[in-house]
Amino acid sequence: MNIAIASGKGGTGKTTISTNLAFTLARQGKSVQLLDCDVEEPNCHIFLKPQIQFSGPVNVLLPKVLDERCNGCGVCARVCEYSAIVVVKDKVLVFPELCHGCGGCSLFCPQEAIVEIQRIVGTVETGSSGAVRFIQGLLNIGELMSPAVIHVVKKAAGQSDIIIIDSPPGTSCPVIASVKDADFVLLVTEPTPFGLNDLKLAVEMVRRLMIPFAVAINRFDIGDDEVQRYCKEEDIDVVLQIPDDRRIAEAYSRGELIIDALDEYKGLFEESWDSIVNLGLHNLKSESA
Amino acid sequence: MKIAISATGPSIDDQVDARLGRARVFIIVETDTMEFNAIENPNINAGGGAGIQSAQMLAQKDVKVILTGNCGPNAFQVFGAAGVQVIVGVSGIIREAVEQYKNGAFSQASQHNVASHSGMGGGGGMGRGGGMGKGRR
Repeated sequence: MNIAIASGKGGTGKTTISTNLAFTLARQGKSVQLLDCDVEEPNCHIFLKPQIQFSGPVNVLLPKVLDERCNGCGVCARVCEYSAIVVVKDKVLVFPELCHGCGGCSLFCPQEAIVEIQRIVGTVETGSSGAVRFIQGLLNIGELMSPAVIHVVKKAAGQSDIIIIDSPPGTSCPVIASVKDADFVLLVTEPTPFGLNDLKLAVEMVRRLMIPFAVAINRFDIGDDEVQRYCKEEDIDVVLQIPDDRRIAEAYSRGELIIDALDEYKGLFEESWDSIVNLGLHNLKSESA
Repeated sequence: MKIAISATGPSIDDQVDARLGRARVFIIVETDTMEFNAIENPNINAGGGAGIQSAQMLAQKDVKVILTGNCGPNAFQVFGAAGVQVIVGVSGIIREAVEQYKNGAFSQASQHNVASHSGMGGGGGMGRGGGMGKGRR
Protein backbone atom coordinates (compact mmCIF):
# COMPACT_ATOMS: atom_id res chain seq x y z
CA MET A 1 0.00 0.00 0.00
CA ASN A 2 1.25 3.39 -1.07
CA ILE A 3 0.11 6.09 1.37
CA ALA A 4 0.78 9.82 1.14
CA ILE A 5 0.70 11.98 4.25
CA ALA A 6 -0.39 15.44 3.14
CA SER A 7 -2.08 18.51 4.54
CA GLY A 8 -3.42 21.87 3.60
CA LYS A 9 -1.85 24.00 6.25
CA GLY A 10 1.83 23.57 6.95
CA GLY A 11 3.16 22.59 10.32
CA THR A 12 0.23 20.36 11.22
CA GLY A 13 2.24 17.20 11.90
CA LYS A 14 2.82 15.35 8.61
CA THR A 15 6.41 14.43 9.41
CA THR A 16 5.46 13.49 12.97
CA ILE A 17 2.87 11.08 11.66
CA SER A 18 4.95 9.81 8.71
CA THR A 19 7.93 8.91 10.85
CA ASN A 20 5.99 7.39 13.74
CA LEU A 21 3.78 5.40 11.41
CA ALA A 22 6.81 4.13 9.47
CA PHE A 23 8.49 2.73 12.57
CA THR A 24 5.24 1.40 14.05
CA LEU A 25 4.70 -0.70 10.94
CA ALA A 26 8.35 -1.74 10.50
CA ARG A 27 8.36 -3.02 14.07
CA GLN A 28 5.31 -5.12 13.27
CA GLY A 29 7.52 -6.90 10.75
CA LYS A 30 6.25 -5.20 7.59
CA SER A 31 8.70 -3.97 4.98
CA VAL A 32 8.46 -0.19 4.97
CA GLN A 33 9.95 2.58 2.85
CA LEU A 34 9.67 6.21 3.91
CA LEU A 35 10.00 8.80 1.15
CA ASP A 36 10.64 12.41 2.14
CA CYS A 37 9.13 14.31 -0.79
CA ASP A 38 9.19 17.71 0.90
CA VAL A 39 12.26 18.43 -1.21
CA GLU A 40 12.40 22.15 -0.43
CA GLU A 41 12.98 21.34 3.23
CA PRO A 42 13.12 17.63 4.02
CA ASN A 43 13.07 16.96 7.74
CA CYS A 44 12.35 13.26 8.24
CA HIS A 45 16.09 12.70 8.58
CA ILE A 46 16.03 14.61 11.89
CA PHE A 47 14.02 11.79 13.45
CA LEU A 48 15.49 8.91 11.48
CA LYS A 49 19.17 9.84 11.69
CA PRO A 50 19.59 7.55 8.69
CA GLN A 51 22.65 5.77 7.35
CA ILE A 52 22.89 7.17 3.83
CA GLN A 53 24.11 4.54 1.38
CA PHE A 54 23.69 6.39 -1.90
CA SER A 55 23.69 10.01 -2.96
CA GLY A 56 23.21 11.19 -6.52
CA PRO A 57 22.34 14.28 -8.56
CA VAL A 58 18.90 15.04 -9.97
CA ASN A 59 19.15 16.49 -13.46
CA VAL A 60 16.73 18.26 -15.73
CA LEU A 61 17.31 18.85 -19.40
CA LEU A 62 18.04 22.35 -20.63
CA PRO A 63 18.15 23.58 -24.24
CA LYS A 64 21.44 24.72 -25.74
CA VAL A 65 21.30 26.59 -29.02
CA LEU A 66 23.88 25.90 -31.71
CA ASP A 67 24.40 29.45 -32.98
CA GLU A 68 25.78 28.44 -36.33
CA ARG A 69 22.55 26.62 -37.17
CA CYS A 70 20.07 29.09 -35.67
CA ASN A 71 18.34 31.49 -38.03
CA GLY A 72 16.20 33.28 -35.44
CA CYS A 73 12.90 31.87 -36.75
CA GLY A 74 11.35 31.83 -33.27
CA VAL A 75 9.56 28.45 -33.50
CA CYS A 76 11.18 27.38 -30.22
CA ALA A 77 9.72 30.41 -28.43
CA ARG A 78 6.27 29.73 -29.82
CA VAL A 79 6.43 26.10 -28.64
CA CYS A 80 7.57 26.94 -25.12
CA GLU A 81 4.73 27.15 -22.59
CA TYR A 82 6.91 28.65 -19.90
CA SER A 83 8.73 31.57 -21.59
CA ALA A 84 11.96 29.74 -20.88
CA ILE A 85 13.26 30.31 -24.41
CA VAL A 86 12.62 33.54 -26.32
CA VAL A 87 13.96 35.11 -29.48
CA VAL A 88 14.73 38.82 -29.34
CA LYS A 89 16.10 40.53 -32.45
CA ASP A 90 17.41 37.20 -33.76
CA LYS A 91 19.12 36.44 -30.43
CA VAL A 92 17.95 33.38 -28.53
CA LEU A 93 17.71 33.79 -24.76
CA VAL A 94 17.26 30.80 -22.43
CA PHE A 95 15.97 31.20 -18.86
CA PRO A 96 17.07 27.97 -17.11
CA GLU A 97 15.00 28.33 -13.95
CA LEU A 98 11.77 28.54 -15.97
CA CYS A 99 12.58 25.54 -18.17
CA HIS A 100 10.59 22.41 -17.39
CA GLY A 101 12.80 20.19 -19.54
CA CYS A 102 9.93 19.11 -21.81
CA GLY A 103 12.18 19.01 -24.90
CA GLY A 104 9.58 20.75 -27.09
CA CYS A 105 11.88 23.48 -28.39
CA SER A 106 14.51 20.97 -29.45
CA LEU A 107 11.96 18.70 -31.05
CA PHE A 108 10.32 21.39 -33.17
CA CYS A 109 13.36 23.43 -34.21
CA PRO A 110 13.29 23.39 -38.03
CA GLN A 111 17.05 23.95 -38.21
CA GLU A 112 17.83 21.22 -35.64
CA ALA A 113 19.76 23.93 -33.85
CA ILE A 114 18.81 22.97 -30.28
CA VAL A 115 20.44 20.21 -28.27
CA GLU A 116 19.62 19.33 -24.67
CA ILE A 117 22.16 19.36 -21.90
CA GLN A 118 21.85 18.22 -18.30
CA ARG A 119 21.48 20.65 -15.46
CA ILE A 120 21.64 19.67 -11.79
CA VAL A 121 18.68 20.90 -9.73
CA GLY A 122 18.99 18.77 -6.60
CA THR A 123 20.08 15.54 -4.99
CA VAL A 124 18.50 12.24 -4.06
CA GLU A 125 19.73 10.06 -1.21
CA THR A 126 18.81 6.56 -0.14
CA GLY A 127 19.63 4.71 3.03
CA SER A 128 18.02 3.21 6.09
CA SER A 129 17.26 3.75 9.73
CA GLY A 130 16.72 0.58 11.68
CA ALA A 131 14.18 -1.49 9.78
CA VAL A 132 12.90 1.47 7.76
CA ARG A 133 14.27 2.06 4.28
CA PHE A 134 14.59 5.74 3.55
CA ILE A 135 14.74 7.98 0.47
CA GLN A 136 14.93 11.74 0.51
CA GLY A 137 15.24 14.46 -2.11
CA LEU A 138 16.66 17.94 -1.74
CA LEU A 139 16.01 20.75 -4.20
CA ASN A 140 18.98 23.10 -4.62
CA ILE A 141 18.57 26.64 -3.31
CA GLY A 142 17.34 29.00 -6.03
CA GLU A 143 15.70 26.23 -8.07
CA LEU A 144 11.97 25.99 -8.72
CA MET A 145 11.54 22.48 -10.15
CA SER A 146 10.46 20.49 -7.08
CA PRO A 147 8.48 17.97 -9.13
CA ALA A 148 11.64 16.88 -10.97
CA VAL A 149 13.29 15.89 -7.68
CA ILE A 150 10.10 14.37 -6.30
CA HIS A 151 9.73 12.13 -9.34
CA VAL A 152 13.26 10.82 -8.88
CA VAL A 153 12.60 10.10 -5.18
CA LYS A 154 9.50 8.12 -6.07
CA LYS A 155 11.27 6.25 -8.86
CA ALA A 156 14.06 5.28 -6.47
CA ALA A 157 11.60 3.35 -4.30
CA GLY A 158 11.69 -0.38 -4.78
CA GLN A 159 9.11 -2.89 -3.68
CA SER A 160 7.89 -3.09 -0.11
CA ASP A 161 4.69 -3.86 1.79
CA ILE A 162 4.22 -0.22 2.57
CA ILE A 163 5.49 3.04 1.11
CA ILE A 164 4.88 6.17 3.15
CA ILE A 165 5.25 9.50 1.37
CA ASP A 166 5.88 12.56 3.50
CA SER A 167 4.49 15.29 1.23
CA PRO A 168 5.09 19.04 1.21
CA PRO A 169 2.26 21.20 2.61
CA GLY A 170 -0.37 22.87 0.44
CA THR A 171 -2.02 21.89 -2.81
CA SER A 172 0.36 23.03 -5.55
CA CYS A 173 2.57 21.26 -8.09
CA PRO A 174 5.01 19.65 -5.63
CA VAL A 175 2.11 18.25 -3.61
CA ILE A 176 0.37 16.83 -6.66
CA ALA A 177 3.65 15.25 -7.77
CA SER A 178 4.02 13.60 -4.33
CA VAL A 179 0.45 12.46 -3.89
CA LYS A 180 -0.45 11.36 -7.40
CA ASP A 181 -0.67 7.56 -7.80
CA ALA A 182 -0.94 6.97 -4.05
CA ASP A 183 -3.48 4.34 -2.95
CA PHE A 184 -4.53 6.46 0.00
CA VAL A 185 -3.97 9.95 1.37
CA LEU A 186 -3.99 10.90 5.03
CA LEU A 187 -4.71 14.60 5.47
CA VAL A 188 -3.28 16.05 8.65
CA THR A 189 -4.92 19.09 10.20
CA GLU A 190 -5.34 21.00 13.43
CA PRO A 191 -8.66 22.18 14.93
CA THR A 192 -8.25 25.90 14.14
CA PRO A 193 -9.80 28.24 11.52
CA PHE A 194 -6.64 28.13 9.39
CA GLY A 195 -6.42 24.38 9.78
CA LEU A 196 -10.00 23.99 8.59
CA ASN A 197 -9.69 26.47 5.74
CA ASP A 198 -6.65 24.73 4.30
CA LEU A 199 -8.05 21.26 4.97
CA LYS A 200 -11.00 22.09 2.73
CA LEU A 201 -8.62 23.02 -0.08
CA ALA A 202 -6.69 19.78 0.40
CA VAL A 203 -9.91 17.75 0.40
CA GLU A 204 -10.89 19.37 -2.87
CA MET A 205 -7.51 18.41 -4.29
CA VAL A 206 -7.70 14.75 -3.25
CA ARG A 207 -11.27 14.44 -4.48
CA ARG A 208 -10.19 15.85 -7.83
CA LEU A 209 -7.41 13.27 -7.94
CA MET A 210 -9.97 10.61 -6.93
CA ILE A 211 -7.81 9.05 -4.24
CA PRO A 212 -9.46 7.63 -1.11
CA PHE A 213 -8.54 9.62 1.95
CA ALA A 214 -9.07 10.19 5.65
CA VAL A 215 -8.18 12.87 8.15
CA ALA A 216 -5.84 12.99 11.14
CA ILE A 217 -6.37 15.74 13.70
CA ASN A 218 -3.25 16.76 15.58
CA ARG A 219 -3.51 18.57 18.92
CA PHE A 220 -7.21 17.79 18.72
CA ASP A 221 -8.04 19.27 22.13
CA ILE A 222 -6.98 22.84 21.34
CA GLY A 223 -9.14 25.14 19.23
CA ASP A 224 -12.73 24.46 18.28
CA ASP A 225 -14.80 21.57 16.93
CA GLU A 226 -15.36 23.00 13.45
CA VAL A 227 -12.99 20.51 11.83
CA GLN A 228 -14.87 17.61 13.45
CA ARG A 229 -18.16 19.12 12.31
CA TYR A 230 -16.87 19.56 8.77
CA CYS A 231 -15.64 15.98 8.57
CA LYS A 232 -18.98 14.68 9.80
CA GLU A 233 -20.91 16.78 7.27
CA GLU A 234 -18.66 15.66 4.46
CA ASP A 235 -18.69 12.02 5.55
CA ILE A 236 -14.92 12.02 6.01
CA ASP A 237 -13.38 9.52 8.41
CA VAL A 238 -11.11 10.77 11.16
CA VAL A 239 -8.69 7.89 11.74
CA LEU A 240 -6.20 9.47 14.13
CA GLN A 241 -6.41 12.10 16.83
CA ILE A 242 -3.32 13.15 18.73
CA PRO A 243 -3.77 15.22 21.90
CA ASP A 244 -1.94 18.42 22.67
CA ASP A 245 0.59 16.80 24.98
CA ARG A 246 3.56 18.99 25.87
CA ARG A 247 5.70 15.88 26.23
CA ILE A 248 5.15 15.16 22.53
CA ALA A 249 6.51 18.61 21.66
CA GLU A 250 9.46 18.03 23.97
CA ALA A 251 10.26 14.68 22.34
CA TYR A 252 9.91 16.28 18.89
CA SER A 253 12.27 19.07 19.82
CA ARG A 254 14.84 16.45 20.78
CA GLY A 255 14.41 14.70 17.43
CA GLU A 256 12.80 11.66 19.07
CA LEU A 257 9.94 9.54 17.80
CA ILE A 258 6.80 9.83 19.94
CA ILE A 259 6.47 6.05 20.10
CA ASP A 260 9.95 5.76 21.58
CA ALA A 261 9.67 8.63 24.05
CA LEU A 262 6.13 7.90 25.19
CA ASP A 263 5.10 4.25 25.25
CA GLU A 264 1.42 5.00 25.68
CA TYR A 265 1.13 6.42 22.13
CA LYS A 266 2.19 3.21 20.39
CA GLY A 267 -1.38 1.95 20.34
CA LEU A 268 -2.66 5.17 18.79
CA PHE A 269 -0.60 4.71 15.64
CA GLU A 270 -1.28 0.97 15.46
CA GLU A 271 -5.03 1.54 15.63
CA SER A 272 -4.97 4.33 13.08
CA TRP A 273 -3.28 2.01 10.63
CA ASP A 274 -5.96 -0.63 11.16
CA SER A 275 -8.60 2.02 10.42
CA ILE A 276 -6.80 3.08 7.26
CA VAL A 277 -6.50 -0.51 6.03
CA ASN A 278 -10.19 -1.10 6.66
CA LEU A 279 -11.10 2.02 4.72
CA GLY A 280 -8.80 0.99 1.91
CA LEU A 281 -10.36 -2.47 1.71
CA HIS A 282 -13.85 -1.00 1.90
CA ASN A 283 -12.97 1.31 -0.94
CA LEU A 284 -11.74 -1.59 -3.09
CA LYS A 285 -14.95 -3.50 -2.42
CA SER A 286 -17.21 -0.59 -3.34
CA GLU A 287 -15.20 0.04 -6.50
CA SER A 288 -15.62 -3.50 -7.75
CA ALA A 289 -19.29 -3.63 -6.72
CA MET B 1 11.25 58.79 -30.63
CA LYS B 2 9.01 56.09 -29.22
CA ILE B 3 9.20 55.33 -25.53
CA ALA B 4 7.06 53.00 -23.39
CA ILE B 5 5.76 53.46 -19.85
CA SER B 6 4.12 50.91 -17.56
CA ALA B 7 0.76 52.43 -16.65
CA THR B 8 -2.16 51.96 -14.28
CA GLY B 9 -4.60 53.35 -16.83
CA PRO B 10 -4.93 54.08 -20.58
CA SER B 11 -4.31 57.83 -20.48
CA ILE B 12 -1.14 59.90 -20.40
CA ASP B 13 -2.60 61.56 -17.31
CA ASP B 14 -2.77 58.29 -15.39
CA GLN B 15 -0.15 57.11 -12.91
CA VAL B 16 2.95 55.11 -13.74
CA ASP B 17 2.53 51.45 -12.72
CA ALA B 18 5.39 50.34 -10.48
CA ARG B 19 5.18 46.87 -11.98
CA LEU B 20 6.48 45.91 -15.39
CA GLY B 21 5.52 42.33 -16.18
CA ARG B 22 2.03 42.63 -14.73
CA ALA B 23 1.38 46.33 -15.33
CA ARG B 24 -2.23 46.94 -16.29
CA VAL B 25 -1.43 48.88 -19.43
CA PHE B 26 1.56 49.99 -21.48
CA ILE B 27 1.50 53.46 -22.95
CA ILE B 28 3.66 54.15 -25.97
CA VAL B 29 4.48 57.82 -26.47
CA GLU B 30 6.00 59.53 -29.48
CA THR B 31 8.12 62.06 -27.58
CA ASP B 32 8.27 64.58 -30.45
CA THR B 33 4.50 64.99 -30.66
CA MET B 34 3.35 63.56 -27.30
CA GLU B 35 0.92 61.41 -29.23
CA PHE B 36 0.30 58.18 -27.42
CA ASN B 37 -1.54 54.90 -27.56
CA ALA B 38 -2.35 52.42 -24.81
CA ILE B 39 -1.98 48.65 -24.95
CA GLU B 40 -3.75 46.40 -22.43
CA ASN B 41 -1.18 44.03 -20.96
CA PRO B 42 -2.07 40.45 -21.99
CA ASN B 43 0.36 38.97 -19.45
CA ILE B 44 -1.32 40.05 -16.20
CA ASN B 45 -2.56 36.57 -15.43
CA ALA B 46 0.31 34.60 -16.92
CA GLY B 47 1.40 31.75 -14.67
CA GLY B 48 5.03 32.69 -15.23
CA GLY B 49 7.31 34.60 -17.58
CA ALA B 50 5.18 37.76 -17.44
CA GLY B 51 8.23 40.03 -17.41
CA ILE B 52 9.81 38.19 -20.32
CA GLN B 53 6.64 38.29 -22.41
CA SER B 54 5.94 41.96 -21.67
CA ALA B 55 9.51 42.95 -22.51
CA GLN B 56 9.39 41.01 -25.73
CA MET B 57 6.09 42.63 -26.72
CA LEU B 58 7.49 46.12 -26.15
CA ALA B 59 10.70 45.29 -28.01
CA GLN B 60 8.59 44.29 -31.00
CA LYS B 61 6.87 47.71 -30.92
CA ASP B 62 10.23 49.36 -31.63
CA VAL B 63 10.37 51.42 -28.46
CA LYS B 64 13.80 52.78 -27.57
CA VAL B 65 13.26 53.27 -23.83
CA ILE B 66 11.02 51.80 -21.09
CA LEU B 67 10.12 53.87 -18.04
CA THR B 68 8.86 51.84 -15.08
CA GLY B 69 8.98 51.41 -11.31
CA ASN B 70 10.66 48.04 -11.00
CA CYS B 71 12.28 45.68 -13.49
CA GLY B 72 13.34 42.12 -12.68
CA PRO B 73 16.38 40.30 -14.07
CA ASN B 74 14.58 38.29 -16.77
CA ALA B 75 12.79 41.27 -18.32
CA PHE B 76 16.03 43.27 -18.02
CA GLN B 77 17.86 40.63 -19.98
CA VAL B 78 15.25 40.69 -22.75
CA PHE B 79 15.39 44.48 -23.01
CA GLY B 80 19.18 44.30 -23.14
CA ALA B 81 19.13 41.85 -26.03
CA ALA B 82 16.64 44.10 -27.83
CA GLY B 83 18.67 47.26 -27.25
CA VAL B 84 15.91 48.94 -25.22
CA GLN B 85 17.09 51.29 -22.46
CA VAL B 86 15.56 50.57 -19.05
CA ILE B 87 14.80 53.35 -16.59
CA VAL B 88 13.54 52.26 -13.15
CA GLY B 89 12.32 54.14 -10.11
CA VAL B 90 9.82 56.17 -12.12
CA SER B 91 6.50 57.12 -10.54
CA GLY B 92 3.77 59.75 -10.70
CA ILE B 93 1.76 61.08 -13.63
CA ILE B 94 2.87 59.65 -16.96
CA ARG B 95 2.85 62.98 -18.80
CA GLU B 96 5.19 64.44 -16.13
CA ALA B 97 7.48 61.40 -16.31
CA VAL B 98 7.80 61.76 -20.07
CA GLU B 99 8.64 65.48 -19.72
CA GLN B 100 11.28 64.63 -17.12
CA TYR B 101 12.73 62.06 -19.48
CA LYS B 102 12.88 64.62 -22.28
CA ASN B 103 14.70 67.01 -19.94
CA GLY B 104 17.34 64.38 -19.35
CA ALA B 105 16.47 63.91 -15.67
CA PHE B 106 16.77 60.13 -15.71
CA SER B 107 19.78 57.88 -16.05
CA GLN B 108 19.73 54.48 -17.64
CA ALA B 109 19.61 51.46 -15.32
CA SER B 110 22.70 49.27 -15.52
CA GLN B 111 20.94 46.26 -14.03
CA HIS B 112 17.60 45.05 -12.73
CA ASN B 113 16.49 46.66 -9.49
CA VAL B 114 14.33 43.90 -8.01
CA ALA B 115 15.11 40.24 -7.48
CA SER B 116 13.73 37.45 -9.56
CA HIS B 117 10.08 36.90 -8.71
CA SER B 118 9.00 34.48 -11.32
CA GLY B 119 5.78 32.59 -11.19
CA MET B 120 2.41 33.17 -9.67
CA GLY B 121 -0.13 31.15 -7.82
CA GLY B 122 0.24 27.57 -6.74
CA GLY B 123 -0.11 28.25 -3.06
CA GLY B 124 3.04 26.32 -2.33
CA GLY B 125 4.27 26.38 1.22
CA MET B 126 1.11 27.01 3.13
CA GLY B 127 1.86 27.94 6.69
CA ARG B 128 5.53 28.52 6.15
CA GLY B 129 7.60 31.39 4.83
CA GLY B 130 9.03 29.48 1.89
CA GLY B 131 5.92 29.67 -0.28
CA MET B 132 6.80 30.37 -3.82
CA GLY B 133 4.87 30.29 -7.06
CA LYS B 134 6.04 27.54 -9.39
CA GLY B 135 5.61 29.43 -12.62
CA ARG B 136 3.40 26.90 -14.25
CA ARG B 137 0.42 27.90 -16.30
